[in-house]
Amino acid sequence: MKSLEELRAIKERVQNQVAMREDKTGALRVQVGMATCGIAAGARPVLNAFVEECTKRNLKNVIVTQTGCIGICQFEPVVEVVSADGEKVTYVKMTPEKAIRVVNDHLVNGNVVTEFTIGANS
Amino acid sequence: MRELSLHVMDIVQNSLSAGASLTEISVTEQGKQMAIAIIDNGRGMSQEQVKSVIDPFFTTRTTRKVGLGVPLFKMAAEQTGGSFSISSELGAGTRLTAVFQTTSVDMIPLGDINSTISLLIRCNPDRDFLFRRAKDGKEFTLDTRELRRVLGEGVALDAPEVMEWIDAYLAEQTETIFGGTI
Repeated sequence: MKSLEELRAIKERVQNQVAMREDKTGALRVQVGMATCGIAAGARPVLNAFVEECTKRNLKNVIVTQTGCIGICQFEPVVEVVSADGEKVTYVKMTPEKAIRVVNDHLVNGNVVTEFTIGANS
Repeated sequence: MRELSLHVMDIVQNSLSAGASLTEISVTEQGKQMAIAIIDNGRGMSQEQVKSVIDPFFTTRTTRKVGLGVPLFKMAAEQTGGSFSISSELGAGTRLTAVFQTTSVDMIPLGDINSTISLLIRCNPDRDFLFRRAKDGKEFTLDTRELRRVLGEGVALDAPEVMEWIDAYLAEQTETIFGGTI
């Protein structure tokens, strides 16, 4: 059974590593559209895929977060990747499988997956 | 939407944009009824706004003129023969309750509510959530304020190890109240 005791043990273990993780300067932001339109189109599995893949790869300079409706509901699920200098790439009609590719190609290796972007899909 | 848990995710976004520091989400099953309540301590709404929030053509967003979140949730409850109510007070928060008749052919499955809760915590580590799940007298809760007390200042709620604990806790507790048959 998961107990608060176990959580306490996790705290002791993690506390020391946290200092490194807290440094989020120069981080990439992954924003998944989670308004009614996004959720109905399947944004939750996409957000989940980003979270799981980033955790699996232990990516420390990535912040996965959610955002509201940005007004292009017909393209949902929409994911924006914003780099530290404010440059934004908008991925549309996302799926968990596509999300994993974006993590691998874009977040890890810095190569935008052009075929999933709004430019290639409109 | 295919799952009620997706509706919950959607409705809670309203609480978050209303600046709620604590959002309470409860799913209570009793016999052939399921009640979903979402209670927040956000900025609340005026009586006029409360009335218009169930109107699909009311929204606070600026990107387009429709707001379907609350009307769709209300429809999901009412189509099962259930009910829907919302009350709010400016400065105090909003309380929303939907009751479903689970035996109705129009009942949408609850779906993966644990995933909804987990993602809400993960994406909003600075907010608190109180999740309560009950079925025929058995229940469990997950209170992020309690977790925060254990973790102290040093460890964030969204640390991967903590999120792993939260996911495992939710899965285990759900299994317990459903007798391992879910």
